[in-house]
Parts: sequence; structure tokens; C-alpha cells
Amino acid sequence: MSIEIRNVSKNFGEFPVLRNVSLDVQEGELLALLGPSGSGKTTLLRIIAGLEQPDSGQIVLNNADATRQTPAQRRVGFVFQHYALFRHMTVAENIAFGLKVRPRSERPSRKDIKEKVRELLALVQLESLASHYPSQLSGGQRQRVALARALAVEPEVLLLDEPFGALDARVRKELRRWLRRLHDEIHIASVFVTHDQEEALEVADRVAIMNRGTLEQIGSPTDVYERPANSFVYNFLGNVNLFHARIEDGVARFGGADYAAPANAPAGSVAAAYVRPHELELLADASHPDAIPATISYVYALGPVVRIELTRNDNGDLLHAEVPRKRFEELAAIPGEIVHVKPSNVRVIADDYVI
Amino acid sequence: MSHSQSQRQLGESRLVRWTLIAIGLLYLGIFLIAPLAAVFAQAFAKGWRVYLDSVTHPDALSAIKLTLITAAIAVPLNAIFGIAAAWCVTRFRFRGRQFLITLIDLPLAISPVISGLIYVLMFGLQGWLGPWLQSRDLQIIFAVPGIVLATVFVTFPFVARELIPFMQTQGFEQEEAASVLGARGWSIFWRVTLPNIKWSLLYGVVLCSARAMGEFGAVSVVSGHISGLTNTVPLQVEILYNEYNFTAAFALASLLTFLALGTLLAKRIVEWRTGVPGR
Repeated sequence: MSIEIRNVSKNFGEFPVLRNVSLDVQEGELLALLGPSGSGKTTLLRIIAGLEQPDSGQIVLNNADATRQTPAQRRVGFVFQHYALFRHMTVAENIAFGLKVRPRSERPSRKDIKEKVRELLALVQLESLASHYPSQLSGGQRQRVALARALAVEPEVLLLDEPFGALDARVRKELRRWLRRLHDEIHIASVFVTHDQEEALEVADRVAIMNRGTLEQIGSPTDVYERPANSFVYNFLGNVNLFHARIEDGVARFGGADYAAPANAPAGSVAAAYVRPHELELLADASHPDAIPATISYVYALGPVVRIELTRNDNGDLLHAEVPRKRFEELAAIPGEIVHVKPSNVRVIADDYVI
Repeated sequence: MSHSQSQRQLGESRLVRWTLIAIGLLYLGIFLIAPLAAVFAQAFAKGWRVYLDSVTHPDALSAIKLTLITAAIAVPLNAIFGIAAAWCVTRFRFRGRQFLITLIDLPLAISPVISGLIYVLMFGLQGWLGPWLQSRDLQIIFAVPGIVLATVFVTFPFVARELIPFMQTQGFEQEEAASVLGARGWSIFWRVTLPNIKWSLLYGVVLCSARAMGEFGAVSVVSGHISGLTNTVPLQVEILYNEYNFTAAFALASLLTFLALGTLLAKRIVEWRTGVPGR
């Protein structure tokens, strides 16, 4: 079963939440909708489920137009950010709900429902809590009940809204690996919404990055991290250093060196050049002509990677570098000392995005 | 910080504490407990037999019956209306929503006498619909329908007022979850919404019933005070009292008092069940 989102737009009053978004999710794929709050990702998820109506555009589920279908008709599983478990029902009753409300002709027998609930409880490893109420469960347990409840109706699409948002860091890491394994077992099209880039990059097959109601980039985690399409994606996925480069003679020039410039950059303009912290090399002497002199202001020497904050000597801009502990020990740098910074894998982007 | 510590820090002396408690108790005694005791003392002043005779007098029984009928119509109507109104103003955003919420409170803001007069102006002989009703031989004012209408109006806000804030904080997610799981309208209401709001609803119904049975002002205007026909218990109490029939008046009054005490008990139980103290 696949999901196709075709040219979906949605306004809340005067405010555009989604602008002409198109996106495909293949069967068996786990896709992350990643973006800052207010980027429209949850609204898009709710539109797929039928909880919101798009102002224009189409939702196609399994090659059939579902735009006008009610949530009940779409056979989707939806896991809410705050779980939305039925407080007055036990765990088992919560899971059985979707089966019990079916019309009599499609409803499984009482015995089959019981069997299905038992199966799902085993799947989410909560067999012993069947007769507990949601208020008696921890956050992680509630999350798994919500998932089991969504899976009970054998959905063809699974949608999860910030599935780990309300959990503490340790449980979150555990659960997201578990979700990945579970997804591989049941093999349906799944979409989850998150604002946590690490979560998206670790769990998803593909990541769709959204900003202000539009899709900025979609691709594999490696794609979007290594080859960001624009400044927004560059800034949103991990830390980054910004250099202002001048476009001259078809190249981008800064710090006394030339770097490849995009073809669309007009000569004489200023473009943004991005370099990730681990792509800044620190040299003790000025032996390399491309290196920029900078003064070390802070050193965070915790863990295998040492994070160093520097101030450029020429214009006072702040730089962040990450160097392996071994390299740092060779350098033996302390705050106040001057080093030479050599950028590598520089990416020049000529768009109008301003930080 | 423990309780005793905070008391010590406030530094009240024993004397101040006991004086305050004594004043409180005295006040409560004079204004609440003594009148309550007087009601029962008067009611039983001439013994059990007279009490029983008073509350089983045909006029008294008729008044009790009318009161119960009125409540039996007004309370379910306002419960249904309350749920519908609360659903409407908490689930949808529309122009005039805030105005509607304010409008629901209107019966609490205006004097009950005015509430009664509204219906006299509407349905009375000189009222807008008077001639039309008379030509069809329908009597509303000075008859049971008028009493029911006035009671419905006065008790209109109780259920809605309980439900609106509760449903606002509850949100709509559980209903959405139910709909994604395949449940449809009525099924969602019976299986998810109603179980969630039941204690708030019951609380509103308890308050609504108490008011419906105890309402005097609005009902007095539209009733016509015909003993055995259009008198509710509060009206019958007043009539008996004006006839210097104190024992009978207080005997009936004691029934209303029992009702009030029962309501308070029911209210306490609901509060205890919902874990919402001192609402």
C-alpha cells in the first residue's frame, strides 16, 4: 500500500500551513516528516489520516483517491502525540476498540478479538498489563498501547505524530530502535512526524524536510545530511559554519582561497558558504595558504570528539570545529592561542535564505 | 514544609486561633444550623401523625407530583441541551461562539421573576401568542406547560456550564482516535464521549435537579397558585404559610430540605469520584 500526496494546500484562516506539497511514500517504506514547529508537518499527517481536509490537492491511498473519504474509511493507523488512549478502558479494551466498533457483518467473533488482542499485547511486550488502565502506565508503555491499538485494525498505512516526543531521552532511543524493527516486521507504509533531526536520520528510510508549509528536500538520511539542497536544510540538519564568499570569475572566494560556485550565482554577489564543524581542519602553523587564522575561545573536551569554539582574527566571526581527541592532543591547543583553520568540503549556496 | 511548621511560622497564638474558630462556628450556627433545625422542629412540632397527614394531604401530594413531573421534563431536556451546546462550543470555532457561551448564562443573570414574566408576555392572554393559543383552546400560562417552560428556562445553564470547561480541557483527541479506528458518530458518542464526561454531566444534572425542584420566583409568576393543580412544593409551602398553617408548611419545607441535603450528598459523592475537591 502506498501513499501519494498530490499538490496539497491548506490554510488556517489567512495563514497558509501547507503550500502545494507533493510527496510519495512507497509500500514498506518508513518516511520521516522533519521540520521545525509550525512547518506544517503535523497538519500534513492529519490530512493523510482524514482528520483535516485539504483546501486543494489530492490524497491517494493504494492508487485510489481518498481525499473525500472519512478517517474511518481510510484504514489508517494513527498514533497521537499524547497517545489519546481511552482513559475509561483497560489496555485490552483500548486495543480491541477498533475491532469492536466494526459493523456486525465485518466484526470478528468475540473469541477472535480476544486472540488478536493477545497477539498484539505480545508484539508490544505488554502481556502482563492487559487489565491495567492507561493512568497506571508509564509514558513508554502508553506509547506501545497506542501503537498496538492502531495496529489492531490491520491498517495499510501507519501514521505517527511525534511518536517519541513526550518520552525521556533513554526510553526514546530504545523505542525508536524498537519501532524500526517493528516496521520491518509488519512492512507497511509508515510516516512519522518529528522535529528531532537525529531521530529522523537514525530511524527513517527517507527524510522529508519541511519548512513554512513547503517541502525543502526529500531523500535518504545520507543524501539530506551530506548534500543539503539549500541553506535551510543545511542549517536545520546539524551544526554548520557560515562563511560569506564573494563570487568572482565563476568561483567563490573567501579566506584567500577559491571554491566551486554554483552556476546560477551572479558575479560580484555575496554567497553563503557552509562547512560542517568536523570539516574544519585546525593547523598549528600558517604553512597552508588557504588557512584562516583564528583564536581559540573555548574548548569542550568531553567524550571522543573535542568541540572547539574559535574567533576569526580577520573579521571576528565565530567558528565551531570538532576534532578527534587524538588530533586535539597533537595540537595541544589552549584558549587564547592562535591556530589556522582550513575548511574542506565547502558548499556554496546562492539562495536568498538569511540566518 | 509540614503543616504544623507553617502554623508556627505564622505565629498565631492559641487565643487567636480559637477565637477565629469560635466566630466561624457561631456564624454557621446562627445562620445555617439553627434555621435548619427550626424547619424540622416546626415540622414535627405536633408529632409524627400530623407530619404524615401534612405531607400526604391531597394538595401536598399533588404539589409533590407536579414538582417531580416538572423536574422529570426539565432535567433531561437541559441535560440533552447541555451536552449539545457544550459539544457545539467546544468542538467548533465559529462566529458568535463567545456570544453563545454568554447567552447560555443569561438565565443565571436575570431575576427569576423576569424569567417568569417573559413567558407571561409570550403566552399569556395579552401576550404575543395569547390570541392564537386561546383560539385553539391551549393554555400555557397558569397551567402545567407554563410551569415546565419557566423551570426549563431557569435551569437551562447548569449542565452546559459544567460541561463546557471540562470538555475544553479534555480536547478532542480521543474522539479523533476513535474515528480513525473506524467508529462513527453515535458509536463515538456512546463509547468515548459519554464515558469521559459522565461525572461532569452527573454533577450538572444534580445541580439542575435541585434548582428545578426548588425554583420559586419564575414558577410563581406563571403558576396562578391553584392548589391541587398548579402548585409546586415551594409554592404550596408559601400558601400554607400565608394561611398560618405552620406545621403543614414546615412539613413540606422539610421535604425540600431533605432534597437539598440529598443533593449535597450526591454532589460530595461525585466530587469524591472525580477527585475534584471543593468544587
